[in-house]
Amino acid sequence: MNAGPQPMPLLSQVPPQEPLSCCGAEESCGDPLAQPFVLGAVDTPAGPVPQVGGELSRADHRGTLRVRLGFGRHDYKVVPGLYALNRPTPDSPVLVSANYKLSFDHLRREAHDLDAWLLVLDTKGVNVWCAAGKGTMGTAELAGRVRSSGLERVVSHRKLILPQLAAPGVAAHLVKKHCGFGVSYGPVLAQDLSAFLAAGMKADPAMRRVSFPLRARTVLVPVELTQVLLVYLWLLPIVLVLAGLGGLVSGLGFWSAMAGAGLRAVGAMLLAALAGAVASPILLPWLPGRAFSLKGLWPGLAGAALLWGLWPGAADAELLAWCLAVPALSSFLAMNFTGASTYTSLSGVKKEMRRAVPLQIAATALGLGLWVYALVAA
Amino acid sequence: MPALRYLKDVVSLKAAPELCLGCGLCVEVCPQGVLALVDKRVVVADRDACMECGACMTNCPAEALWVEAGVGCAQAVLNSAFGRKGNACCCVAEPRAPQQGLQTSLDAAPRRKSSGCC
Repeated sequence: MNAGPQPMPLLSQVPPQEPLSCCGAEESCGDPLAQPFVLGAVDTPAGPVPQVGGELSRADHRGTLRVRLGFGRHDYKVVPGLYALNRPTPDSPVLVSANYKLSFDHLRREAHDLDAWLLVLDTKGVNVWCAAGKGTMGTAELAGRVRSSGLERVVSHRKLILPQLAAPGVAAHLVKKHCGFGVSYGPVLAQDLSAFLAAGMKADPAMRRVSFPLRARTVLVPVELTQVLLVYLWLLPIVLVLAGLGGLVSGLGFWSAMAGAGLRAVGAMLLAALAGAVASPILLPWLPGRAFSLKGLWPGLAGAALLWGLWPGAADAELLAWCLAVPALSSFLAMNFTGASTYTSLSGVKKEMRRAVPLQIAATALGLGLWVYALVAA
Repeated sequence: MPALRYLKDVVSLKAAPELCLGCGLCVEVCPQGVLALVDKRVVVADRDACMECGACMTNCPAEALWVEAGVGCAQAVLNSAFGRKGNACCCVAEPRAPQQGLQTSLDAAPRRKSSGCC
Protein backbone atom coordinates (compact mmCIF):
# COMPACT_ATOMS: atom_id res chain seq x y z
CA MET A 1 0.00 0.00 0.00
CA ASN A 2 1.40 3.35 -0.98
CA ALA A 3 1.46 5.42 2.17
CA GLY A 4 3.68 8.17 0.91
CA PRO A 5 2.49 11.69 0.19
CA GLN A 6 0.45 11.92 -2.99
CA PRO A 7 0.31 14.90 -5.31
CA MET A 8 -2.99 16.72 -5.02
CA PRO A 9 -5.00 16.72 -8.24
CA LEU A 10 -5.33 20.04 -10.01
CA LEU A 11 -8.50 21.82 -9.01
CA SER A 12 -9.65 22.14 -12.60
CA GLN A 13 -9.74 18.38 -12.97
CA VAL A 14 -11.99 17.83 -9.99
CA PRO A 15 -15.68 18.63 -9.92
CA PRO A 16 -15.78 21.90 -7.96
CA GLN A 17 -18.61 20.66 -5.71
CA GLU A 18 -16.57 17.83 -4.28
CA PRO A 19 -12.85 18.53 -4.11
CA LEU A 20 -11.95 15.13 -2.64
CA SER A 21 -14.37 12.96 -4.54
CA CYS A 22 -11.91 10.27 -5.46
CA CYS A 23 -10.53 9.13 -2.18
CA GLY A 24 -11.27 7.90 1.27
CA ALA A 25 -9.38 9.17 4.28
CA GLU A 26 -6.37 6.87 4.08
CA GLU A 27 -6.50 6.04 0.39
CA SER A 28 -4.13 7.64 -2.06
CA CYS A 29 -5.86 10.16 -4.25
CA GLY A 30 -4.91 10.10 -7.89
CA ASP A 31 -6.04 12.07 -10.91
CA PRO A 32 -8.67 9.93 -12.65
CA LEU A 33 -7.99 11.62 -16.00
CA ALA A 34 -4.28 10.82 -15.88
CA GLN A 35 -4.79 7.03 -15.85
CA PRO A 36 -3.36 5.42 -19.00
CA PHE A 37 -6.63 3.68 -19.98
CA VAL A 38 -8.64 6.93 -19.95
CA LEU A 39 -9.29 8.12 -23.50
CA GLY A 40 -10.51 11.62 -22.72
CA ALA A 41 -13.19 13.44 -20.79
CA VAL A 42 -16.94 13.88 -21.25
CA ASP A 43 -18.38 17.20 -20.13
CA THR A 44 -21.31 16.90 -17.76
CA PRO A 45 -23.15 19.27 -15.42
CA ALA A 46 -21.09 17.68 -12.63
CA GLY A 47 -17.80 18.43 -14.38
CA PRO A 48 -15.55 16.45 -16.73
CA VAL A 49 -16.00 12.68 -16.45
CA PRO A 50 -13.15 10.42 -17.63
CA GLN A 51 -14.08 8.38 -20.69
CA VAL A 52 -13.04 4.80 -21.33
CA GLY A 53 -13.67 2.32 -24.10
CA GLY A 54 -14.46 -1.36 -24.11
CA GLU A 55 -11.25 -2.37 -25.79
CA LEU A 56 -8.34 -3.40 -23.60
CA SER A 57 -4.88 -2.21 -24.55
CA ARG A 58 -1.74 -4.28 -24.52
CA ALA A 59 -0.83 -2.72 -21.16
CA ASP A 60 -4.24 -3.72 -19.75
CA HIS A 61 -3.69 -7.31 -20.91
CA ARG A 62 -0.19 -7.33 -19.40
CA GLY A 63 -1.67 -6.16 -16.10
CA THR A 64 -4.31 -8.90 -16.23
CA LEU A 65 -1.67 -11.54 -16.86
CA ARG A 66 0.50 -10.22 -14.02
CA VAL A 67 -2.24 -10.32 -11.38
CA ARG A 68 -3.51 -13.68 -12.66
CA LEU A 69 -0.02 -15.03 -12.02
CA GLY A 70 -0.29 -13.68 -8.49
CA PHE A 71 2.00 -10.64 -8.60
CA GLY A 72 0.96 -7.19 -7.41
CA ARG A 73 -2.73 -8.04 -7.21
CA HIS A 74 -3.14 -6.13 -3.94
CA ASP A 75 -2.20 -2.88 -5.60
CA TYR A 76 -3.99 -2.97 -8.95
CA LYS A 77 -6.47 -0.16 -8.69
CA VAL A 78 -8.59 2.33 -10.56
CA VAL A 79 -9.24 5.78 -9.08
CA PRO A 80 -12.80 5.57 -7.68
CA GLY A 81 -15.51 7.79 -9.13
CA LEU A 82 -17.69 8.15 -12.20
CA TYR A 83 -16.52 7.06 -15.66
CA ALA A 84 -18.15 7.22 -19.07
CA LEU A 85 -18.08 4.03 -21.11
CA ASN A 86 -18.20 4.96 -24.80
CA ARG A 87 -20.72 7.83 -25.31
CA PRO A 88 -23.37 7.76 -22.61
CA THR A 89 -26.32 10.18 -22.45
CA PRO A 90 -28.31 11.27 -19.39
CA ASP A 91 -30.62 8.29 -20.09
CA SER A 92 -27.84 5.70 -20.15
CA PRO A 93 -27.68 3.06 -17.41
CA VAL A 94 -25.33 3.38 -14.43
CA LEU A 95 -23.25 0.26 -13.79
CA VAL A 96 -21.58 0.04 -10.39
CA SER A 97 -18.25 -1.73 -9.97
CA ALA A 98 -15.24 -2.19 -7.70
CA ASN A 99 -11.94 -0.38 -8.11
CA TYR A 100 -9.91 -3.57 -8.61
CA LYS A 101 -8.61 -2.93 -12.11
CA LEU A 102 -9.21 -6.54 -13.12
CA SER A 103 -12.92 -6.11 -12.25
CA PHE A 104 -13.11 -2.72 -13.98
CA ASP A 105 -11.42 -4.00 -17.16
CA HIS A 106 -13.60 -7.10 -17.18
CA LEU A 107 -16.74 -4.96 -16.96
CA ARG A 108 -15.81 -2.54 -19.73
CA ARG A 109 -14.72 -5.38 -22.00
CA GLU A 110 -17.96 -7.33 -21.48
CA ALA A 111 -20.03 -4.14 -21.85
CA HIS A 112 -18.02 -2.84 -24.82
CA ASP A 113 -21.10 -2.42 -27.00
CA LEU A 114 -22.98 -0.33 -24.41
CA ASP A 115 -23.02 3.37 -23.73
CA ALA A 116 -23.10 3.52 -19.95
CA TRP A 117 -21.93 5.33 -16.85
CA LEU A 118 -19.58 3.31 -14.66
CA LEU A 119 -19.64 4.23 -10.98
CA VAL A 120 -16.46 2.82 -9.46
CA LEU A 121 -16.54 2.44 -5.68
CA ASP A 122 -13.49 2.58 -3.45
CA THR A 123 -13.16 -1.11 -2.53
CA LYS A 124 -9.43 -0.75 -1.75
CA GLY A 125 -8.56 -2.58 -4.95
CA VAL A 126 -10.57 -5.69 -4.04
CA ASN A 127 -13.00 -7.41 -6.41
CA VAL A 128 -16.78 -7.03 -6.13
CA TRP A 129 -17.66 -10.22 -4.26
CA CYS A 130 -14.81 -10.13 -1.75
CA ALA A 131 -15.30 -6.42 -1.17
CA ALA A 132 -19.02 -7.00 -0.56
CA GLY A 133 -18.06 -9.65 2.01
CA LYS A 134 -15.71 -7.17 3.67
CA GLY A 135 -18.25 -4.37 3.59
CA THR A 136 -16.12 -1.99 1.50
CA MET A 137 -18.46 -2.60 -1.43
CA GLY A 138 -21.22 -1.46 0.87
CA THR A 139 -24.25 0.71 1.40
CA ALA A 140 -22.32 3.62 2.91
CA GLU A 141 -19.64 3.71 0.22
CA LEU A 142 -22.23 3.45 -2.55
CA ALA A 143 -24.52 6.18 -1.20
CA GLY A 144 -21.51 8.41 -0.51
CA ARG A 145 -20.06 7.84 -3.97
CA VAL A 146 -23.38 8.61 -5.66
CA ARG A 147 -23.45 11.95 -3.86
CA SER A 148 -19.78 12.86 -4.29
CA SER A 149 -19.82 12.06 -8.00
CA GLY A 150 -22.76 14.40 -8.59
CA LEU A 151 -24.56 11.56 -10.36
CA GLU A 152 -27.98 13.14 -9.92
CA ARG A 153 -26.83 16.00 -12.16
CA VAL A 154 -25.36 13.64 -14.77
CA VAL A 155 -28.26 11.26 -15.36
CA SER A 156 -31.99 11.89 -15.73
CA HIS A 157 -33.08 8.64 -14.09
CA ARG A 158 -32.57 7.36 -10.52
CA LYS A 159 -31.48 3.78 -11.01
CA LEU A 160 -28.21 1.97 -10.28
CA ILE A 161 -27.34 -1.44 -11.66
CA LEU A 162 -25.17 -3.43 -9.27
CA PRO A 163 -23.52 -6.75 -9.91
CA GLN A 164 -25.55 -9.35 -8.02
CA LEU A 165 -22.46 -10.36 -6.08
CA ALA A 166 -22.36 -6.91 -4.46
CA ALA A 167 -25.50 -7.87 -2.52
CA PRO A 168 -23.72 -9.22 0.62
CA GLY A 169 -22.50 -5.68 1.30
CA VAL A 170 -25.26 -3.49 -0.10
CA ALA A 171 -28.72 -3.11 1.40
CA ALA A 172 -30.79 -2.04 -1.61
CA HIS A 173 -33.62 -0.52 0.46
CA LEU A 174 -31.18 1.63 2.46
CA VAL A 175 -29.39 2.92 -0.64
CA LYS A 176 -32.68 4.30 -1.92
CA LYS A 177 -33.32 5.99 1.40
CA HIS A 178 -29.90 7.60 1.63
CA CYS A 179 -29.13 8.80 -1.88
CA GLY A 180 -32.41 8.65 -3.74
CA PHE A 181 -31.19 6.09 -6.25
CA GLY A 182 -32.85 2.70 -6.52
CA VAL A 183 -30.78 -0.46 -6.81
CA SER A 184 -31.34 -3.17 -9.40
CA TYR A 185 -29.22 -6.25 -9.08
CA GLY A 186 -27.84 -7.27 -12.44
CA PRO A 187 -26.57 -10.71 -13.38
CA VAL A 188 -23.70 -12.48 -11.60
CA LEU A 189 -21.53 -12.36 -14.71
CA ALA A 190 -20.81 -9.18 -16.66
CA GLN A 191 -21.10 -11.18 -19.89
CA ASP A 192 -24.88 -11.41 -19.29
CA LEU A 193 -25.31 -7.63 -18.91
CA SER A 194 -26.44 -6.98 -22.48
CA ALA A 195 -29.06 -9.74 -22.26
CA PHE A 196 -30.17 -8.39 -18.87
CA LEU A 197 -30.63 -4.88 -20.23
CA ALA A 198 -32.28 -6.09 -23.43
CA ALA A 199 -34.82 -8.04 -21.34
CA GLY A 200 -35.81 -4.85 -19.50
CA MET A 201 -33.47 -5.39 -16.52
CA LYS A 202 -34.58 -8.96 -15.94
CA ALA A 203 -32.16 -11.77 -15.24
CA ASP A 204 -33.21 -15.34 -15.85
CA PRO A 205 -32.52 -17.76 -12.98
CA ALA A 206 -29.35 -19.12 -14.58
CA MET A 207 -27.87 -15.61 -14.65
CA ARG A 208 -28.43 -15.39 -10.89
CA ARG A 209 -26.45 -18.51 -9.99
CA VAL A 210 -22.77 -18.79 -9.31
CA SER A 211 -21.07 -21.81 -10.80
CA PHE A 212 -17.48 -22.96 -10.59
CA PRO A 213 -16.65 -24.55 -13.94
CA LEU A 214 -13.30 -25.95 -15.01
CA ARG A 215 -12.27 -22.72 -16.73
CA ALA A 216 -12.97 -20.61 -13.63
CA ARG A 217 -11.00 -23.02 -11.44
CA THR A 218 -8.08 -23.28 -13.83
CA VAL A 219 -7.60 -19.54 -14.11
CA LEU A 220 -7.11 -19.42 -10.31
CA VAL A 221 -4.37 -22.07 -10.30
CA PRO A 222 -1.39 -19.79 -11.07
CA VAL A 223 -2.11 -17.60 -8.04
CA GLU A 224 -2.32 -20.67 -5.78
CA LEU A 225 0.91 -22.04 -7.20
CA THR A 226 2.75 -18.71 -6.92
CA GLN A 227 1.79 -18.45 -3.26
CA VAL A 228 3.24 -21.90 -2.50
CA LEU A 229 6.37 -21.35 -4.56
CA LEU A 230 7.08 -18.06 -2.78
CA VAL A 231 7.09 -19.96 0.52
CA TYR A 232 9.26 -22.66 -1.07
CA LEU A 233 11.85 -20.00 -1.97
CA TRP A 234 12.94 -20.00 1.66
CA LEU A 235 11.68 -23.41 2.73
CA LEU A 236 13.49 -25.51 0.12
CA PRO A 237 16.99 -24.11 0.87
CA ILE A 238 16.39 -24.91 4.56
CA VAL A 239 15.42 -28.49 3.67
CA LEU A 240 18.52 -28.86 1.46
CA VAL A 241 20.81 -27.62 4.23
CA LEU A 242 19.09 -29.93 6.74
CA ALA A 243 19.73 -32.88 4.41
CA GLY A 244 23.38 -31.86 4.13
CA LEU A 245 23.74 -31.58 7.91
CA GLY A 246 22.17 -35.04 8.24
CA GLY A 247 24.83 -36.30 5.85
CA LEU A 248 27.54 -34.94 8.16
CA VAL A 249 26.04 -36.88 11.06
CA SER A 250 25.58 -40.12 9.11
CA GLY A 251 29.06 -39.87 7.57
CA LEU A 252 27.69 -39.73 4.02
CA GLY A 253 29.04 -36.20 3.66
CA PHE A 254 27.29 -32.82 3.34
CA TRP A 255 27.17 -32.55 -0.44
CA SER A 256 26.27 -36.12 -1.28
CA ALA A 257 23.41 -36.13 1.24
CA MET A 258 22.22 -32.84 -0.18
CA ALA A 259 22.32 -34.24 -3.71
CA GLY A 260 20.52 -37.42 -2.56
CA ALA A 261 17.91 -37.02 0.16
CA GLY A 262 18.01 -33.23 -0.22
CA LEU A 263 17.06 -33.15 -3.89
CA ARG A 264 14.52 -35.92 -3.29
CA ALA A 265 12.93 -33.68 -0.64
CA VAL A 266 12.73 -30.82 -3.13
CA GLY A 267 11.08 -33.16 -5.64
CA ALA A 268 8.59 -34.46 -3.08
CA MET A 269 7.62 -30.98 -1.96
CA LEU A 270 7.18 -29.75 -5.52
CA LEU A 271 5.01 -32.80 -6.17
CA ALA A 272 2.90 -31.93 -3.10
CA ALA A 273 2.45 -28.40 -4.47
CA LEU A 274 1.31 -29.79 -7.82
CA ALA A 275 -1.11 -32.16 -6.07
CA GLY A 276 -2.61 -29.59 -3.71
CA ALA A 277 -2.50 -26.34 -5.68
CA VAL A 278 -2.90 -27.57 -9.27
CA ALA A 279 -4.47 -31.04 -9.44
CA SER A 280 -6.93 -30.50 -6.58
CA PRO A 281 -8.54 -27.29 -7.93
CA ILE A 282 -8.73 -28.67 -11.46
CA LEU A 283 -10.11 -32.07 -10.45
CA LEU A 284 -12.32 -30.62 -7.67
CA PRO A 285 -15.73 -32.04 -8.69
CA TRP A 286 -14.37 -35.51 -9.30
CA LEU A 287 -12.36 -35.89 -6.09
CA PRO A 288 -14.26 -37.93 -3.46
CA GLY A 289 -15.51 -36.12 -0.36
CA ARG A 290 -17.03 -32.72 0.30
CA ALA A 291 -14.37 -31.21 2.55
CA PHE A 292 -11.54 -29.63 0.53
CA SER A 293 -8.97 -31.13 2.91
CA LEU A 294 -10.33 -34.57 2.02
CA LYS A 295 -10.41 -33.81 -1.71
CA GLY A 296 -6.76 -32.75 -1.54
CA LEU A 297 -5.75 -36.00 0.12
CA TRP A 298 -6.28 -38.08 -3.04
CA PRO A 299 -3.86 -36.31 -5.40
CA GLY A 300 -1.41 -36.28 -2.48
CA LEU A 301 -1.67 -40.04 -2.02
CA ALA A 302 -1.24 -40.53 -5.78
CA GLY A 303 1.89 -38.38 -5.58
CA ALA A 304 3.22 -40.42 -2.67
CA ALA A 305 2.65 -43.66 -4.59
CA LEU A 306 4.52 -42.17 -7.52
CA LEU A 307 7.52 -41.36 -5.31
CA TRP A 308 7.56 -44.91 -3.97
CA GLY A 309 7.86 -46.14 -7.54
CA LEU A 310 10.41 -43.49 -8.58
CA TRP A 311 12.91 -43.97 -5.78
CA PRO A 312 13.48 -47.70 -5.23
CA GLY A 313 16.90 -46.92 -3.77
CA ALA A 314 15.68 -44.62 -1.00
CA ALA A 315 15.43 -45.82 2.59
CA ASP A 316 12.05 -47.12 3.72
CA ALA A 317 11.89 -44.53 6.51
CA GLU A 318 12.49 -41.73 4.00
CA LEU A 319 9.79 -43.02 1.64
CA LEU A 320 7.38 -43.45 4.53
CA ALA A 321 8.16 -39.89 5.62
CA TRP A 322 7.06 -38.54 2.23
CA CYS A 323 4.03 -40.83 2.16
CA LEU A 324 2.88 -38.91 5.25
CA ALA A 325 4.07 -35.41 4.39
CA VAL A 326 3.06 -35.19 0.71
CA PRO A 327 -0.63 -36.07 1.30
CA ALA A 328 -0.71 -33.81 4.39
CA LEU A 329 0.73 -30.88 2.45
CA SER A 330 -1.57 -31.51 -0.50
CA SER A 331 -4.57 -31.66 1.83
CA PHE A 332 -3.54 -28.36 3.44
CA LEU A 333 -3.09 -26.60 0.09
CA ALA A 334 -6.42 -27.89 -1.22
CA MET A 335 -8.06 -26.66 1.99
CA ASN A 336 -6.65 -23.21 1.29
CA PHE A 337 -8.49 -23.25 -2.04
CA THR A 338 -11.77 -22.85 -0.09
CA GLY A 339 -11.15 -19.10 -0.18
CA ALA A 340 -10.97 -19.04 -3.96
CA SER A 341 -13.96 -21.33 -4.41
CA THR A 342 -17.47 -20.01 -4.93
CA TYR A 343 -19.55 -22.22 -2.64
CA THR A 344 -17.90 -22.75 0.77
CA SER A 345 -19.40 -21.33 3.97
CA LEU A 346 -17.43 -20.02 6.94
CA SER A 347 -19.20 -22.48 9.29
CA GLY A 348 -18.24 -25.35 6.98
CA VAL A 349 -14.63 -24.24 6.63
CA LYS A 350 -14.27 -23.96 10.40
CA LYS A 351 -15.75 -27.42 10.85
CA GLU A 352 -13.45 -29.07 8.34
CA MET A 353 -10.42 -27.23 9.74
CA ARG A 354 -11.13 -28.44 13.29
CA ARG A 355 -10.83 -31.99 12.00
CA ALA A 356 -8.21 -31.65 9.29
CA VAL A 357 -5.61 -29.26 10.69
CA PRO A 358 -4.58 -31.45 13.68
CA LEU A 359 -4.23 -34.44 11.34
CA GLN A 360 -2.23 -32.41 8.82
CA ILE A 361 0.10 -31.20 11.55
CA ALA A 362 0.48 -34.68 13.05
CA ALA A 363 1.25 -36.30 9.68
CA THR A 364 3.74 -33.58 8.77
CA ALA A 365 5.50 -33.78 12.15
CA LEU A 366 5.69 -37.57 12.01
CA GLY A 367 6.96 -37.36 8.44
CA LEU A 368 9.62 -34.83 9.43
CA GLY A 369 10.71 -37.06 12.32
CA LEU A 370 11.00 -40.10 10.05
CA TRP A 371 12.87 -38.10 7.43
CA VAL A 372 15.43 -36.86 9.96
CA TYR A 373 15.78 -40.42 11.30
CA ALA A 374 16.39 -41.72 7.77
CA LEU A 375 19.00 -39.00 7.17
CA VAL A 376 20.94 -39.71 10.34
CA ALA A 377 20.69 -43.48 10.07
CA ALA A 378 21.69 -43.60 6.38
CA MET B 1 -19.52 -33.02 -14.06
CA PRO B 2 -20.72 -33.95 -10.56
CA ALA B 3 -22.34 -31.06 -8.67
CA LEU B 4 -20.12 -29.24 -6.20
CA ARG B 5 -21.70 -29.39 -2.74
CA TYR B 6 -20.08 -28.38 0.52
CA LEU B 7 -20.53 -29.94 3.98
CA LYS B 8 -23.95 -31.08 5.19
CA ASP B 9 -25.89 -29.64 8.15
CA VAL B 10 -23.45 -26.92 9.09
CA VAL B 11 -24.97 -23.67 7.85
CA SER B 12 -26.20 -21.01 10.29
CA LEU B 13 -29.00 -19.64 8.07
CA LYS B 14 -32.37 -19.03 9.75
CA ALA B 15 -35.58 -17.77 8.18
CA ALA B 16 -38.57 -16.24 9.93
CA PRO B 17 -41.39 -16.55 7.36
CA GLU B 18 -43.82 -14.80 9.72
CA LEU B 19 -41.83 -11.56 9.29
CA CYS B 20 -41.55 -11.90 5.51
CA LEU B 21 -43.11 -9.20 3.32
CA GLY B 22 -42.85 -11.33 0.19
CA CYS B 23 -40.71 -8.88 -1.81
CA GLY B 24 -38.54 -11.70 -3.12
CA LEU B 25 -35.29 -9.74 -3.11
CA CYS B 26 -33.59 -12.47 -1.03
CA VAL B 27 -34.46 -15.06 -3.67
CA GLU B 28 -33.05 -12.73 -6.32
CA VAL B 29 -29.72 -11.99 -4.63
CA CYS B 30 -28.92 -15.53 -3.43
CA PRO B 31 -26.24 -16.87 -5.79
CA GLN B 32 -26.85 -20.48 -4.74
CA GLY B 33 -30.63 -20.87 -5.09
CA VAL B 34 -31.07 -21.51 -1.38
CA LEU B 35 -34.32 -19.59 -0.86
CA ALA B 36 -37.75 -19.70 -2.42
CA LEU B 37 -41.08 -17.97 -1.91
CA VAL B 38 -44.01 -20.22 -1.03
CA ASP B 39 -47.37 -18.44 -0.66
CA LYS B 40 -45.44 -15.13 -0.67
CA ARG B 41 -43.34 -16.17 2.33
CA VAL B 42 -39.65 -17.05 2.32
CA VAL B 43 -38.63 -20.67 2.85
CA VAL B 44 -35.20 -22.29 2.97
CA ALA B 45 -35.40 -24.67 0.04
CA ASP B 46 -31.81 -25.91 -0.15
CA ARG B 47 -30.03 -25.25 3.15
CA ASP B 48 -26.79 -27.11 2.42
CA ALA B 49 -26.18 -24.97 -0.69
CA CYS B 50 -25.92 -21.83 1.49
CA MET B 51 -22.44 -20.28 1.57
CA GLU B 52 -23.31 -17.76 4.30
CA CYS B 53 -22.48 -14.74 2.15
CA GLY B 54 -25.19 -12.73 3.90
CA ALA B 55 -26.71 -11.19 0.75
CA CYS B 56 -30.26 -12.23 1.73
CA MET B 57 -29.97 -10.90 5.27
CA THR B 58 -28.44 -7.59 4.17
CA ASN B 59 -31.16 -7.01 1.58
CA CYS B 60 -34.15 -8.09 3.65
CA PRO B 61 -36.15 -4.99 4.65
CA ALA B 62 -38.08 -7.01 7.26
CA GLU B 63 -35.20 -8.78 9.04
CA ALA B 64 -36.81 -12.10 8.21
CA LEU B 65 -33.47 -13.77 7.49
CA TRP B 66 -30.46 -14.28 9.69
CA VAL B 67 -27.12 -15.86 8.95
CA GLU B 68 -23.73 -15.70 10.60
CA ALA B 69 -22.27 -14.17 7.46
CA GLY B 70 -18.62 -14.58 6.66
CA VAL B 71 -16.25 -15.78 4.00
CA GLY B 72 -15.54 -19.50 3.73
CA CYS B 73 -11.80 -19.16 3.45
CA ALA B 74 -9.34 -21.36 5.36
CA GLN B 75 -6.54 -18.82 4.93
CA ALA B 76 -8.69 -16.15 6.53
CA VAL B 77 -9.54 -18.47 9.44
CA LEU B 78 -5.82 -19.15 9.96
CA ASN B 79 -4.94 -15.45 9.73
CA SER B 80 -7.58 -14.67 12.28
CA ALA B 81 -6.34 -17.48 14.56
CA PHE B 82 -2.82 -16.04 14.38
CA GLY B 83 -4.16 -12.54 15.04
CA ARG B 84 -2.99 -11.19 11.70
CA LYS B 85 -4.74 -8.14 10.31
CA GLY B 86 -3.87 -7.59 6.69
CA ASN B 87 -6.05 -5.11 4.88
CA ALA B 88 -5.28 -6.37 1.40
CA CYS B 89 -7.05 -9.61 0.81
CA CYS B 90 -7.43 -12.53 3.12
CA CYS B 91 -7.39 -10.99 6.52
CA VAL B 92 -9.70 -12.20 9.21
CA ALA B 93 -12.80 -14.32 9.25
CA GLU B 94 -14.96 -12.73 11.87
CA PRO B 95 -18.64 -13.24 11.20
CA ARG B 96 -20.47 -10.15 10.07
CA ALA B 97 -23.37 -8.76 12.08
CA PRO B 98 -26.57 -7.95 10.25
CA GLN B 99 -26.73 -4.43 8.94
CA GLN B 100 -28.70 -2.27 11.36
CA GLY B 101 -29.00 0.73 9.11
CA LEU B 102 -26.76 3.13 7.33
CA GLN B 103 -25.53 4.93 10.41
CA THR B 104 -24.33 1.67 11.94
CA SER B 105 -22.61 0.70 8.75
CA LEU B 106 -21.02 4.13 8.49
CA ASP B 107 -19.72 3.77 12.03
CA ALA B 108 -18.62 0.21 11.50
CA ALA B 109 -17.09 0.59 8.07
CA PRO B 110 -13.59 1.76 8.97
CA ARG B 111 -12.95 -0.86 11.64
CA ARG B 112 -15.00 -3.67 10.21
CA LYS B 113 -13.27 -6.96 10.90
CA SER B 114 -14.99 -9.37 8.59
CA SER B 115 -12.96 -10.29 5.62
CA GLY B 116 -12.93 -11.37 2.07
CA CYS B 117 -10.59 -13.65 0.36
CA CYS B 118 -9.88 -13.65 -3.26
